[in-house]
Amino acid sequence: MSIIETRDLVRDFKKTRAVDRMTFSVEPGESVGYIGANGAGKSTTIKMLTGILKPTSGHVRTCDLDPMRERIGVARRVGVVFGQRSQLWWDLPLRDSFAILAAIHSLGEKEARSRTDVLVEQLEMGPQLATPVRSLSLGQRMRAEIAAALLHSPDLLILDEPTIGLDVLSKQRLREFLVAERRERGTTLLLTTHDMGDIERLCDRVLVVDHGRLAFDGSLTGLAATVGAQRVLVIDLAQPTPDLDDIPRTRLLGSESDGLRQRLAFDSEATTAAAVLAQVSARHEVRDLTIEEPDIEDVVRRIYAASGRA
Amino acid sequence: MADARVPLSQRLRPYRVLLASRARAQMQYRASFVTDILGTVGVGLAEFAEVWVIFHNVELLGGLDFKAALLVFALSNLAFSLADMFVGHLDQLPVYIRAGQVDAFYVRPLPLLAQLMTSELSMRRIGRLSVAVVALVVALTTGAVAWSPATVVLIVLTVVSGTAIFAALFTAAGGLQFFLVDGSEFTNSFTYGGQYAAQQSQQVFPGPLRIFWTFVVPTAFVAYVPAVAILDLPGDSLAPPWLAWCTPLAALLAWGIAGLCWRLGTRHYQGAGG
Repeated sequence: MSIIETRDLVRDFKKTRAVDRMTFSVEPGESVGYIGANGAGKSTTIKMLTGILKPTSGHVRTCDLDPMRERIGVARRVGVVFGQRSQLWWDLPLRDSFAILAAIHSLGEKEARSRTDVLVEQLEMGPQLATPVRSLSLGQRMRAEIAAALLHSPDLLILDEPTIGLDVLSKQRLREFLVAERRERGTTLLLTTHDMGDIERLCDRVLVVDHGRLAFDGSLTGLAATVGAQRVLVIDLAQPTPDLDDIPRTRLLGSESDGLRQRLAFDSEATTAAAVLAQVSARHEVRDLTIEEPDIEDVVRRIYAASGRA
Repeated sequence: MADARVPLSQRLRPYRVLLASRARAQMQYRASFVTDILGTVGVGLAEFAEVWVIFHNVELLGGLDFKAALLVFALSNLAFSLADMFVGHLDQLPVYIRAGQVDAFYVRPLPLLAQLMTSELSMRRIGRLSVAVVALVVALTTGAVAWSPATVVLIVLTVVSGTAIFAALFTAAGGLQFFLVDGSEFTNSFTYGGQYAAQQSQQVFPGPLRIFWTFVVPTAFVAYVPAVAILDLPGDSLAPPWLAWCTPLAALLAWGIAGLCWRLGTRHYQGAGG
């Protein structure tokens, strides 16, 4: 039995088609990254999986249930975290949110206590239990949201932008927890993100959605191969310089301040950062440089380009 | 489902916990809670002042003297403040939608409307509620009430059904606001407008308006119609004393409409964007 199954799933809003004949399935224990540009249809898909939105046509099953007709059954087996919105009670101490959610999910007293204790310990939230939710830092709140979504031990955890706005350390802790949670309980994970690090650390499979359509479905390695390791060398020059649009095996992305700063994209397979730098500094005096690793937007753009829809 | 075998008390437990948590949250800001209560006492007194001013100038209005009008005032305010306390936040639905709260309700294993209803408990309404209770006690003890067991039953029935009628109006308002952008101006006309209409002698309204407040938005049943029976007044063709016993039917009618509005609203819901 698949945890998620969609076939020819379509959702139209007034004039636009947000999700267009989407077909994929997710097996128990998988960890799937769901990526795409803003407005590509990610949230709409999640809303149809959880029974918030009615599909215009097509087939969708979550935990082998029809989310529209058996929303409550789905809610018992799925945990959802909407990164931008809180599931917690902002005006009460954090521990109250866990107690209320335990009651909502009809957990027995013992079960509720042991599950809360485990999550609080793993997510290191003990010191915050008496703090009102509104006073938590973003990182603390996000960990609390995830604990809240996992309190009823769901089979499927859906995370919508879980690491957005978090600092490096908070991201790290969150990812480590999720890896451990999956290892121990075999929880299936579906997450949307703009952070390549989330995908690298957490997902063994990636779905890329473009204009409501599935543009890529495969492993992270497969994705990297499709995308290439397109990196960007940002060069600060000592003097205003004409556009460096003739450096071999690079593509000029743009230049700022009369050419004082120029951005060159290149494929790691075709050339190296050192070679590009050598070619530039042979002609001009380089003051400073940074290298930008490919981000999700870029990956998505290249996937879109590859599927001929850029 | 297996749910049918779970005892009722067990099934209601989540709502008890939710409501208790709302009460606790309000108690955390003691000073602002007290100020809020004083505020709603003020609202109740202001509403009462209107009745008092009118009857300071006239003996009778719409077939009611001051004591009878006080009973109508008390019954309507009691029902309204009870409904407002428990479900008055339903007409704030757009706020819930924008905050993403409605999406959060969808991913919890409880019915949507039940969650929304128990998501807030405006205890500050106790202020207005107490004004209404005092007015009711005064009206019943000083008025010419024809006491009998039936009268007691009728009073209890009236308070329960009246609260249900206003609760239905708030629910209908919530349902309609799934579609109406900033529709609270419109829905206020029958929630707060209904409350205003309920505390008047219905005889002051011209015919079509009376029919509207009796059979369409049945707020005449909240106070005026039962008061006619409780005080054994003659009433008139649109409010004969026996009609008071139809108050629960009016509540059912109101809930029928409310259920319809709610269903239409949730069907129309598209999620909170993002």
